[in-house]
Amino acid sequence: MGKVLMKGNEVIAEAAVHAGCKYFFGYPITPQSELVAYMARRLPEVGGLFLQAESEIAAINMVYGAASTGVRVMTSSSSPGFSLKQEGISYLVGAELPAVICNIVRGGPGLGNIQPAQSDYFQVTKGGGHGDYNIPVLAPASLQEIVELTQDAFDIADRYRTPVILMGDGMLGQMMEPVEFMDRLEQQKMEKPWATTGTRGDGGPKIVTSLELDAEGLEKRNWSLQQKFARIKQNEVRYETYQTDDAEIVMVAFGTVARITMNAINRARQNGVKVGLIRPISLWPFPEKPFIETRERIKAYISVEMSAGQMVEDVRLAVNGHAPVDFFGRTGGVVPTQEEIYEKLISVAGGGVSV
Amino acid sequence: MTMKTVFKKTSGLTDKPTHYCPGCTHGVIHRLVGEVLEEMDILEDTIGVASVGCSVLSYEYFNCDMTQAAHGRAPAVATGVKRVLPNRFVFTYQGDGDLASIGISEVIHAAARGENITVIFVNNAIYGMTGGQMAPTTLIGQKTATTPFGRDASIQGSPIKVSEMIATLDGAAYIERVSSHDVQHIQKAKRAIRKAFETQQKGLGFSMVEILSTCPTNWGLDPAESLEWVKDSMVPVYPLGIYKNKEGVK
Repeated sequence: MGKVLMKGNEVIAEAAVHAGCKYFFGYPITPQSELVAYMARRLPEVGGLFLQAESEIAAINMVYGAASTGVRVMTSSSSPGFSLKQEGISYLVGAELPAVICNIVRGGPGLGNIQPAQSDYFQVTKGGGHGDYNIPVLAPASLQEIVELTQDAFDIADRYRTPVILMGDGMLGQMMEPVEFMDRLEQQKMEKPWATTGTRGDGGPKIVTSLELDAEGLEKRNWSLQQKFARIKQNEVRYETYQTDDAEIVMVAFGTVARITMNAINRARQNGVKVGLIRPISLWPFPEKPFIETRERIKAYISVEMSAGQMVEDVRLAVNGHAPVDFFGRTGGVVPTQEEIYEKLISVAGGGVSV
Repeated sequence: MTMKTVFKKTSGLTDKPTHYCPGCTHGVIHRLVGEVLEEMDILEDTIGVASVGCSVLSYEYFNCDMTQAAHGRAPAVATGVKRVLPNRFVFTYQGDGDLASIGISEVIHAAARGENITVIFVNNAIYGMTGGQMAPTTLIGQKTATTPFGRDASIQGSPIKVSEMIATLDGAAYIERVSSHDVQHIQKAKRAIRKAFETQQKGLGFSMVEILSTCPTNWGLDPAESLEWVKDSMVPVYPLGIYKNKEGVK
């Protein structure tokens, strides 16, 4: 299959179909509506089902129902709608149901606007709903990477029985790029003996629930969830580094902002500034390793975000006081320009860093 | 002397003792649902959806696959299950706080879509699990923890008549309100539950049985008085009968 030119939101949808997702429950919200419309057209072609729910809340609970039968299922939304899904996501975690939830982030808080943002970083990486939990979060920076990570998202969901979040900003959802869809060589078939599909032939009732009234019992369950999160931290960290080997300054950015930052880095390199990039691809688990490996020699890290400064807190934790951590961000749906990122890095470089 | 079995527990329920208060009719209603599933021989092909409230632990009592839903969302969860498994029987078991208050949107839209599921709606005019607060179905004048002077229509509005409302929707195929206050009505309730599951079996669309039920603990009445209260106070506000039988299921 050759390359096709598609919109980001549609790429997510088609990649999900390639990953074997046949069920989608969604609700329209800008800037991810193309994803919903694509699924409405596409899923019947593969013998699947698209259903427009009456609300984001209903959609995530339909996902819960479908996931409890063991099929690959997905929903998508954008920030305000994603907030509405939080209770349902917490239930998915508690009941250990696999599902993929896409958040094409827009400006907030409140109704905010429909311009690109990354200001749901805290919400996706620190739990988001009630209770002790984390969810794997994958943040592609290009449309081709969406193809890869959407498939990864479904595999991770099944492997660990967990919801997985695919997070992009409005720009990623709306931009067009050529992409190629590749089916995985061998689609991982997971046995799901826990799925509630009826008891015929399997001996006894199965129960999907997140309720545990006994405190000791719930604590035990929570520690077992924590062990699962530890395994995910061990195995599912994804990141990319760019020109960090000789760097004195390291920029940190994810998603489309990483691409703009990379251009600023190229320009600075031409002017002799030794600067590199760490691009977290999994936002949770956050990639600590590239920071641990560089923090003894790096003069400063700069987190660049489309928010008022959220990921910068994880950067500080990973750097752990070994180097100063600076921040540059635009918020409210404003996309930072290459020029202003360049100026920021030059101002940091000028502060005692050799140019 | 040969012994003959004249009565036994339904295989539709597990052996787990229920946690319900003395005089609460949840246990009776569980049994009716269990008997219908057993008699229709569909236990192995059924997935039940438990809701939030006193009946949250119903997933431990029904002897079939069970999924526990968030508060009010059981019809959405059931939709997800049924759309993936159209050949299985899917039912929700919900109280009036769950269905008529926080979950009113989900049940209306499930009915409007004509989801081929069965909703068992237990209406006892109060929140039981949380300690006796006003429900949307609480009667005018009824005292609860949050209407200590009695429900006043000018302040808290009037009771929602769910069966009447749902019956107006085209997707609703079978809607009946029954009661659990005496043997005769309990038998009628069982027939209604059977008809609801038969409606689903025939693929006719959304079915719901609203069952008037007791809450002696939070009503502050003894079990016998509670049954009288259902008959004397609830039935006049919530008239019994079939509100919708689109395809004439007998």
